Amino acid sequence: MDAVSQLQSHFISYTSNLYGEGFVDDQFYQLQKLQDGSNPDFVIEVVSLFFEDSEKLINNMARALESQATLDYKQVGDHVHQLKGSSSSIGASRVKDVCNGFKTHCEAQNHEMCLRCLQRLKYECNLLKMKLQTLFKLQQQILAAGGSVPLLDK
Amino acid sequence: MFMFMGLKMQQSHHHYHHSVTVRVNEQMGTKRGNTFIQSYRAWIPKLLVLWIMCTVSLSMFVYQLIDANNKVWRKEVLVSMCDERARMLQDQFSVSVNHVHALAILVSTFHYYKDPSAIDQETFAEYTARTAFERPLLNGVAYAQRVFDSEREKFERQHGWTIKTMEREPSPIRDEYAPVIFSQETVSYIESLDMMSGEEDRENILRARATGKAVLTSPFKLLGSHHLGVVLTFPVYKSKLPLFPTVEERIEATAGYLGGAFDVESLVENLLGQLAGNQEILVNVYDVTNSSDPLIMYGHQNQDGDRSLLHESKLDFGDPFRKHQMICRYYQKAPTSSTALTTAFLFFVIGLLLGYILYSAGNRIVKVEDDFHEMQELKVRAEAADVAKSRFLATVSHEIRTPMNGILGMLGLLLGTHLSSTQRDYTQTAQACGKALIALINEVLDRAKIEAGKLELEAVPFNLRSILDDVLSLFSEKSRHKGLELAVFVSDKVPDIVRGDPGRFRQIITNLVGNSVKFTEQGHVFVKVHLVEHTKAAEDSKAETFLDGGSDEGVLISGAHQFKTLSGCEAAEERNSWDSLKHIIADERLRYDASISLEASENATLMVCVEDTGIGIPLSAQDRVFMPFMQADSSTSRNYGGTGIGLSISKCLVELMGGQINFVSRPQVGSTFSFTANFGRCKENEFNDLNKTTFEDLPSDFQGLKALVVDGKPVRSAVTRYHLKRLGILVEVASSIKNAAAIYGQNGSLTTGNKILPDIILVEKDLWISGEDVGLSVWRLYWNQNGHMFKLPKLILVATNISDAEFNKAKAAGFADTVIMKPLRASMVAACLQQVGIGKKMQPGKDMPNGSCLLNSVLFGKKILVIDDNRVNRRVAAGALKKFGADVECAESGKAALVLLQLPHNYDACFMDIQMPEMDGFEATRRIRLMESKANERVNDEGNGGNGQWHLPILAMTADVIHATYDECLKSGMDGYVSKPFKEENLYQAVAKFFTANPSHTCNKETCLI
Repeated sequence: MDAVSQLQSHFISYTSNLYGEGFVDDQFYQLQKLQDGSNPDFVIEVVSLFFEDSEKLINNMARALESQATLDYKQVGDHVHQLKGSSSSIGASRVKDVCNGFKTHCEAQNHEMCLRCLQRLKYECNLLKMKLQTLFKLQQQILAAGGSVPLLDK
Repeated sequence: MFMFMGLKMQQSHHHYHHSVTVRVNEQMGTKRGNTFIQSYRAWIPKLLVLWIMCTVSLSMFVYQLIDANNKVWRKEVLVSMCDERARMLQDQFSVSVNHVHALAILVSTFHYYKDPSAIDQETFAEYTARTAFERPLLNGVAYAQRVFDSEREKFERQHGWTIKTMEREPSPIRDEYAPVIFSQETVSYIESLDMMSGEEDRENILRARATGKAVLTSPFKLLGSHHLGVVLTFPVYKSKLPLFPTVEERIEATAGYLGGAFDVESLVENLLGQLAGNQEILVNVYDVTNSSDPLIMYGHQNQDGDRSLLHESKLDFGDPFRKHQMICRYYQKAPTSSTALTTAFLFFVIGLLLGYILYSAGNRIVKVEDDFHEMQELKVRAEAADVAKSRFLATVSHEIRTPMNGILGMLGLLLGTHLSSTQRDYTQTAQACGKALIALINEVLDRAKIEAGKLELEAVPFNLRSILDDVLSLFSEKSRHKGLELAVFVSDKVPDIVRGDPGRFRQIITNLVGNSVKFTEQGHVFVKVHLVEHTKAAEDSKAETFLDGGSDEGVLISGAHQFKTLSGCEAAEERNSWDSLKHIIADERLRYDASISLEASENATLMVCVEDTGIGIPLSAQDRVFMPFMQADSSTSRNYGGTGIGLSISKCLVELMGGQINFVSRPQVGSTFSFTANFGRCKENEFNDLNKTTFEDLPSDFQGLKALVVDGKPVRSAVTRYHLKRLGILVEVASSIKNAAAIYGQNGSLTTGNKILPDIILVEKDLWISGEDVGLSVWRLYWNQNGHMFKLPKLILVATNISDAEFNKAKAAGFADTVIMKPLRASMVAACLQQVGIGKKMQPGKDMPNGSCLLNSVLFGKKILVIDDNRVNRRVAAGALKKFGADVECAESGKAALVLLQLPHNYDACFMDIQMPEMDGFEATRRIRLMESKANERVNDEGNGGNGQWHLPILAMTADVIHATYDECLKSGMDGYVSKPFKEENLYQAVAKFFTANPSHTCNKETCLI
């Protein structure tokens, strides 16, 4: 039991860190609340969906932004919007913020800034992915140790 | 603390801003173009002085003009007077001369032509004496005979005397003599005197005989008198002269001389004495034969008089050799003319006044223009201050809103934890208050909107009663603390759901009740709502009183000064007291019995009265109550706080609602504010669609229960009854415990007549405290003894505040564990009743958070389609809806959704993303609606009774919740929107309109409190 409570406290501090540094927000908490016995992997499912989508979208955007000649900003903007929607759905607030900035630059058709935003987006997504993977690993460890995952609000 | 500091900083900033504005305006003021008068303002006093000088010289001119006229006139008068005198003198003189002439002819005729002479001294003396009146100017006349020296002896002998000189000496020998032989008696002393011996006389004689005319001497002092006089001499010829005799012939023919002495002085004196104006002028007569040395004949040379003005008149006494003149002048110097003086003075005064008027007018203009500029400056300053105020308000309210949102969020979370019903009530109250605070802050901002005319009212259905309850709960703590009775009463005729702007209505009520609670220290605050047409009807039927026998006859007035109001305190307006209320109740019953329905009309005009027994409004302040930032006086804000903005906002809002607000207030008695407002009635079918719980979530566990309210005050019992009625409880009212016992306990037969035993007995604390507990125990005892009881009614105390001791005493007297604290609210009453085990039992600790519980009840088993192109969003939305028991399907595009929604389908609702590629949410919705309407038409054409009303509730999912988007949602046929990502509250609010709660699935088979 000692290990479990240690894991739990680690989990709690890790989660509050995530909230504190703005990787995730209240929506992520809502998401966790939606997960119950009938739907045990809901969060992981949604999050992996998100990362699949985001990878796809980021790749598409990178390709679109490569050739400045045939650049369709509207298409990029749509991608950004998609990503923004899904990131706000899972509560990935930092990704969402980058998306907001990206969208503005996209509307302004500022190629250089768009590229920069894309880089940042990539970075944030990867970072978030790592963080969440760690989180899920922790959760699994707790479950494996026979404890319950504490649900905590920011 | 931080907030406070923020405020301070805002204020200092504000001041700074102020001073900057002032300086700017001062600069502007100097630059601003001045008018003519402004630019010459320094000249105004100088002009005044100049004007006065002009006036002085002009008046002097006027004076001189009039004075000159006077002088001319004076001179004319002098001339005419002088000439008149001269002429008269001349006339009289010539009359005398003529007469002497006649005398000369007489002498020549009778002395020389007759021989012997017919005249002797005696005759001459008598004759001259008798004709003396004809010669008033002559002292006397005498005749001197010409005697040659050769004839002297003969002559002397003849007359018996010698010829003497003037010195009365015997005359020396001369060529000839002229001794006086005849003389008038007055001058008889000159008889025998030789006239030729005197120098003057001699010359006269010589001249007279040479010219044959009357000749005058120069003036000299007459003998025998001191008067100046002249001697007149006429020649007497002894023979007739040729027609034009020569001088020699005349001398030859001369026989003697007739002379007379003119006393000029008395002559002139006499003459002047006869004339008017004698006193005014000074007359001098001169002999000016020798023009360089005029000899005075009359008057004093040195006599004073007005030397500035004199007039000379020529005198002709008939002697061409001698010249005379008369000089006249005024005795007095010309008096200064009072007319001229007065006129000039008046002229000066008028001029001065005119100058002063012009001066003050000029000054006035300058002052007014100065004031005007000052006002303009102040206006600019005030406008700047207004802008600053708005900015200040915006900033401050933002600063307050941010932490308040935090507080509200935490309260929301607290509500999600396990709470007892009391804790829940407290928390909910706190949350409600916090929300109201935010609303109030927004309302302060509204003031600006109202001022700009940009405020628009909503028109949504809402439950008036629950809003009133909410407002009451805001003030419940405060009123309890003060010991005030706070109550609301809504007439049954007022529809449950009205269409209007709940927020604004709440704002007005909050403001009025807030004011009342703030300014009332004892007594009550009473809110009463009824229909306007209703009031009229009630007033019409004032003559009849319809009341339950029990409550009417039992009205106990325990003190002489009790009024029939809520608390017994006097209220400003009697209309709100029991007398009017009972008419409303009576009227209600009447109408209810007769099943009259007034619902036909589209609008309901409500009359809301807020009555308090506070300090009232001073008469002097009553006319500016509705002006913004006005309080009765400055001490009001010091003692009670507040901005004074509330009433002005309320007035604006009431006017926007098509009503009027007014008040009756008596200082130290209280105020009654009442307003009317127009609300729309909701159509029957319209609010069938609506979920009632949205508006009033009162449990229906109490339907059919029966309660007895024991309260001595009819108004208060009416309020209690109103709240119980809302819970579906049948209410009887008794004015005292004895009466209650009388109603139910008579003859021990508890079911006598149609009286059914009450399940609850609510006793007002006042009544219980006032010593009726004995009766109560007796009553309970009595009931127990009778043993007819099926179950004991619950005894519950209703109180404004209660101490622990009292509470324990109450428990000992058989009251239930709960005291219903006033102000009464239906939901609170329900909670209390549940707590004592009336109605459904609750299981404390197991209740789920409010929203989820409700969502469960609403969404359970519903088939819902989620349309979103974003996989993640879709999955999250689906997950959220599934969580609440919904059966969720997904579609990833509008087209896919259209395929799924081909009629007939079995979806209960649809959540639609707006922004989707190919076909966006609006377009998809339009197409769905098109399909539906086609299907509906088809069904209607087939005449299937109109059952096939396809209308799938479509809710938009959108990240931006700006108003324009919402409008577009409605336009394209959507029913509402949910902001993305889902929040429980939002979701519930959105779906609750379309689904009625499914009781069997309430909260996962756990009982929910509310």
